[in-house]
Amino acid sequence: MSSNRVGREKPVGSNFELYSWYFFRISGIMLVFLAVIHVMVMHVFNTAFDIDYDFVAARWESPFWRMFDWLLLIMALTHGLNGARIAVDDYVQSAGWRVVGYSAILIALLIFGVMGTLAIVTFEPQ
Amino acid sequence: MEVQFRIERFNPDQDTRPWFGEYTLEVEPTDRVLDALNEIKWKQDGTLTFRRSCAHGVCGSDAMRINGRNRLACKELIRDYGDKITIEPMLGYRVIKDLVVDMEDFFDSYRTLQPYLVNDENPGAGRERLQSPEDREVFDDTTKCIMCGACTTACPITWTNKDFLGPAAIVNAHRFIYDSRDKGANERLEVLNSKSGVWRCRTIFNCTEACPRGIEVTRAIEQVKRTLLTGE
Repeated sequence: MSSNRVGREKPVGSNFELYSWYFFRISGIMLVFLAVIHVMVMHVFNTAFDIDYDFVAARWESPFWRMFDWLLLIMALTHGLNGARIAVDDYVQSAGWRVVGYSAILIALLIFGVMGTLAIVTFEPQ
Repeated sequence: MEVQFRIERFNPDQDTRPWFGEYTLEVEPTDRVLDALNEIKWKQDGTLTFRRSCAHGVCGSDAMRINGRNRLACKELIRDYGDKITIEPMLGYRVIKDLVVDMEDFFDSYRTLQPYLVNDENPGAGRERLQSPEDREVFDDTTKCIMCGACTTACPITWTNKDFLGPAAIVNAHRFIYDSRDKGANERLEVLNSKSGVWRCRTIFNCTEACPRGIEVTRAIEQVKRTLLTGE
C-alpha cells in the first residue's frame, strides 16, 4: 500500500455524493428511453445505408430531434463519466494518480460536451 | 466419509506468499467445517491457526471463505459441501496468520458510527426508556449482527477501497438510527452521507448473500440512502 494513499475524509456536510447517486438513478431511467429510441430510429427503422448527411440534416430541421440528441449526449456523457469518477475513487489509491484520473475525466467531459453541443446548436443544413 | 481439505496457509515469519496445505480426514457428514478444522489442528498440524470461540454461530469469530463463499465454519455442515473443501481467509484485510485476518480497520469503521445508544435526556426518576413493539420492529433485522465481518469482506468495494465504511458498520449504524429512543441519528447520517459512506455501495448484494444471520444488509443500506435523500 503506498504511503500517499488518500484517507477517509471528514464529513463536511456536503450533499454532492447524495446528488451524484440520485442523478445516476434519474439519468439511468432517462437513458433507457433515449438510447432505445435512438437505436430504433438509427438502426431499426433506418439502416446504416440510409443514414447520410441529408438524413441527419433533415432530422435536425426539427428542434425536437436536436434537443433529443443533445439530451442523449449530455446524459450518456455525465452518467458514464460520473461512473468513471467513482471507479477512480475505488481503484486508484495514490493521490497523484487520482489527480490524473479526475483530470482525464473532466477534460473528456469538457471536450465532448462542448464539441457535441456546438455541433447540435450551430449546425445549419446547406 | 473421507474429505479432502485444502486450507490456505500463511506464516509471515516463514512464508513470502500463501500456500495451500492439504489434509485428508475421516468425518461424519453431519460434522461441521469447524469440527474438521479442530480435528486437523489437534491431530494433524498444530500450527494451523484460526479464530473460534463459541462454536455455535453467535460470537462471529470463525468467519472464513469456504469453497469461495464467506461463511461461519461452525454453521456449515460438511455434507453440504461434498468431499473436497477449500478454506481461505476472508478477503480484503491483511492476513495475520493462516485464516486469521487483521480486523482493526473493520472495528475502526464500526466505531466511527457510534454503535451505542446516544441519548442525554433524563427519562425521569426510576423510568425506563419505553418503546412500542412497532417502533422496535423497524430496526429488528439489524439487531441480529454478530460482527463476524462476512458481509464487509464479501463486498468488492471493501476489497479495493480501504476508506469505505463497509456493510457491517452501516448495519450497526442502522440499528441505532431507526431506534426511536436514540438521538444520535444526525451525526451518524452525516458520516454515512460522506464519500466513504453509503454512496460507495453499488447494491451488489454480496453482503446479503454472505450474512450468516440472514440480515438483509443491502436493504438496510438502501434504507439509509433513502433517509438521506428524503429526510424521513
